[in-house]
Amino acid sequence: MLDGIFTGLTTAVMPFNLLMVVMGCFAGTFIGMLPGLGPISAVALMIPITYGLDPASGIILMAGVYYGAVFGGSTSSILINAPGCASTVVTAFDGYPLAQKNQAGKALALAAYSSFTGGTVGAIILLFAAPALASVSLSFQSSDYFALMLLGLTAVAAFSGKGQVIKALIMTVLGLMIATVGTDVTSGTTRFTFGSVDLIDGVSFLLLAMATFALTEVIMTVLKGQHREEEAQVDMSRLGSMKLSREEVKEVAPTIARSSVFGFLIGVLPGAGATIASFLAYGLERNLASAKEKLKFGKGALRGLAAPESANNAASTGSFVPLLTLGIPGSGTTAIMLGALIAYGIQPGPRLFVDNPDVFWSVIISMYFGNLVLLILNLPLIPYISKLLVIPRPILIPLILFFSITGVYLVSFNTFDIQMMVIITVAAIFLKLLEFPMAPMLLGYILGGLMENNLSRALTISDGSFSFLWERPLTLTIASIALLVLVTPLLQRLWQHYRHKPFSSPGAEAAVNEGEG
Amino acid sequence: MLSAFRFRSHKSVMAAIFATCIAGTPIYASEMENLHLLIPGGAGGGWDNTARGIGEALQKSGLVQTVSYENQSGGGGGKAIAHLIETAAQNQDTLMVNSTPIVIRSLSKVFPQSFRDLTPVAATVGDYGAFVVKKDSPYTSFTQVVEDYRKDPASVKVAGGSARGSMDHLVAAMAFKAAGGDARQVRYVAYDAGGKAMAGLLSGEAQVLSTGFSEALALADAGEIRILAMTGEERNAAAPDVPTLKELGYNATFVNWRGLFGAPGLPEEKKQAFIATLEKMYSTPEWETVRSRNGWSELFRPGDEFNSFLEKQEQEVGELMRELGFLR
Repeated sequence: MLDGIFTGLTTAVMPFNLLMVVMGCFAGTFIGMLPGLGPISAVALMIPITYGLDPASGIILMAGVYYGAVFGGSTSSILINAPGCASTVVTAFDGYPLAQKNQAGKALALAAYSSFTGGTVGAIILLFAAPALASVSLSFQSSDYFALMLLGLTAVAAFSGKGQVIKALIMTVLGLMIATVGTDVTSGTTRFTFGSVDLIDGVSFLLLAMATFALTEVIMTVLKGQHREEEAQVDMSRLGSMKLSREEVKEVAPTIARSSVFGFLIGVLPGAGATIASFLAYGLERNLASAKEKLKFGKGALRGLAAPESANNAASTGSFVPLLTLGIPGSGTTAIMLGALIAYGIQPGPRLFVDNPDVFWSVIISMYFGNLVLLILNLPLIPYISKLLVIPRPILIPLILFFSITGVYLVSFNTFDIQMMVIITVAAIFLKLLEFPMAPMLLGYILGGLMENNLSRALTISDGSFSFLWERPLTLTIASIALLVLVTPLLQRLWQHYRHKPFSSPGAEAAVNEGEG
Repeated sequence: MLSAFRFRSHKSVMAAIFATCIAGTPIYASEMENLHLLIPGGAGGGWDNTARGIGEALQKSGLVQTVSYENQSGGGGGKAIAHLIETAAQNQDTLMVNSTPIVIRSLSKVFPQSFRDLTPVAATVGDYGAFVVKKDSPYTSFTQVVEDYRKDPASVKVAGGSARGSMDHLVAAMAFKAAGGDARQVRYVAYDAGGKAMAGLLSGEAQVLSTGFSEALALADAGEIRILAMTGEERNAAAPDVPTLKELGYNATFVNWRGLFGAPGLPEEKKQAFIATLEKMYSTPEWETVRSRNGWSELFRPGDEFNSFLEKQEQEVGELMRELGFLR
């Protein structure tokens, strides 16, 4: 293995390959920043370029573009509430409120540090454990995924403020309902398409996120009217503050560390990926927070920003485990990269690091450089990028509308998507005026859809019996943790009531911690 | 079903030379100026890949001066079909890429149109179905799978990377039906992508995977899986050890084609010009680059041949879907 790592290192430090890393990161960051255009579009754009390169350089370039896009995607989430890609939707939950509090610089810097740590931690685990982790990625069956999504849904409380629990639950159910639109894989029938061909493929997650976050936000700004414009306009002098205080670093450091490891592990699973990882990490962090800190989530909590940002970058690194060691793509982006590898005549699989050690190890080693490059590339740019917010509203708002709509259109090339975005935006504005939170809907949509799919698969496999819930230890463990997370706050309240004195038990936190490993 | 085809999978140099000989005789000496390729799905998908590969070969070899592309996804391809029909008059230089799902989806009324509403120009490349097990699976031949299936259909879970009632499921149903079983009894486990179905097989939750032959070949090379059988008319040179269903005694063949369609009412001479240009493409080195890069098997089936092939596939698939309860 050391031989291989050495070969990889020699390949990775070749000037041309270093150039590929820089180019990939730069292109990825830029494309990722554009609302709606995420890693899939970015990597697909690179395909024609990579044909002329040798395999290691080509894959290094694509990998650079991939994590560059995930890195860059957070920028538009934070600054204009328009997620750059699906895996940075959660970043907007706390990132955008921070930017609104004139802390855009700090938010961007924290996102960059979190992404860097997530990516680097991921690359280190990948380097030492990739072949061993292959078996982990195959240990998950449909019933385990079902339990995992169930655990994820318990995080719904994380997205609701005080007294908002009912509203959050309603929105989660709405998300679950939207997820059922389209073709049901298990039965092969279409549901809630009302005979329209455009709804057969369902509603895309990015479209939903763009409509309910970016579009709704800008239109609300317009609705609030002229007199608030000056207030809303961010004060330039306070943008540049990118520094985190010592206490703040202390606060987020453990978050970044655990979210990186957690995100990586979720990324390794072919059925999950970076978007799921970001949602789960956010939920985990909220569950771990003290009662007082919990209230800060969704209003600009530093931990709420650091968690998904570390997790999504670690997860995109983690997704290279099934790709390289098994030849199984866990996401659309890695599927495109698999196609590129095969086009080079390289078959990823258990023998890849024996047959093509240069490709295998150089890609992994280039990830260290890549993350470093991204940090160096992004940090100095933050003061300039965050000046975006200084653009006068009458110019900025049409720009956001333009980029959000074209971004969604360029993914599907279907004009119906634009109409659907408008309809969803109108509905979202009404819901927002009634103070319904949007985040639980997205959570319900993304986790609920996967939960349903995996449940029906598990049921097909067990011939309609729910026995997998207690027969598979992994499923049982995850489902029990989910139950524990749900029940603990209730028990705590009962306990307090019984004791007639304040009491706070770290039970839930401990339980979730166990789930990490 | 395939015997009448000129089906060339040239994995060897000899085969390539042979292919060049038979494809290298142009009927019409026509160089085209413009070709517009309509892709009914988004970037990076199978259709996108096929269109851009064919376009690349045509343009780089100089057969067509400029090739342009247009992605239009939605409705499982229905959106693009409707668009091509509506704007037929302006789309004389347009070809739409499509594949076996156009037959399946028009049967199941995903969209109201069928290939009859378009002008089928030619099938270009094809792939077979394959049945695959984990490398440490107790099954060493498809016959054993069938035996277990006959004893207890529920004991054999078949994974596939598409929805119930679409290709992977139909191919599995076709095979077990040919083996004397009830097609309805097939326990099909649907995943939303081929890679996830493969992960399902390797995790041990499904016993057999129904997938594309070329995809299966790549993973068999990596040593994780074994291919028990494929749906071709005869064995494939790329994996001569893999038996066909037919030689195992199960009379079922299936080919997943990818082909090109023109707008409805496309003039006959225009159609012939497209066919001639495509035919020439097969003998160019530029095409060979694209083909080998993607691991495609050529399946050139022009004009009327393509039409009758589509009709036959529609009938076969339709019967099966009726039996499975997807059609009434």
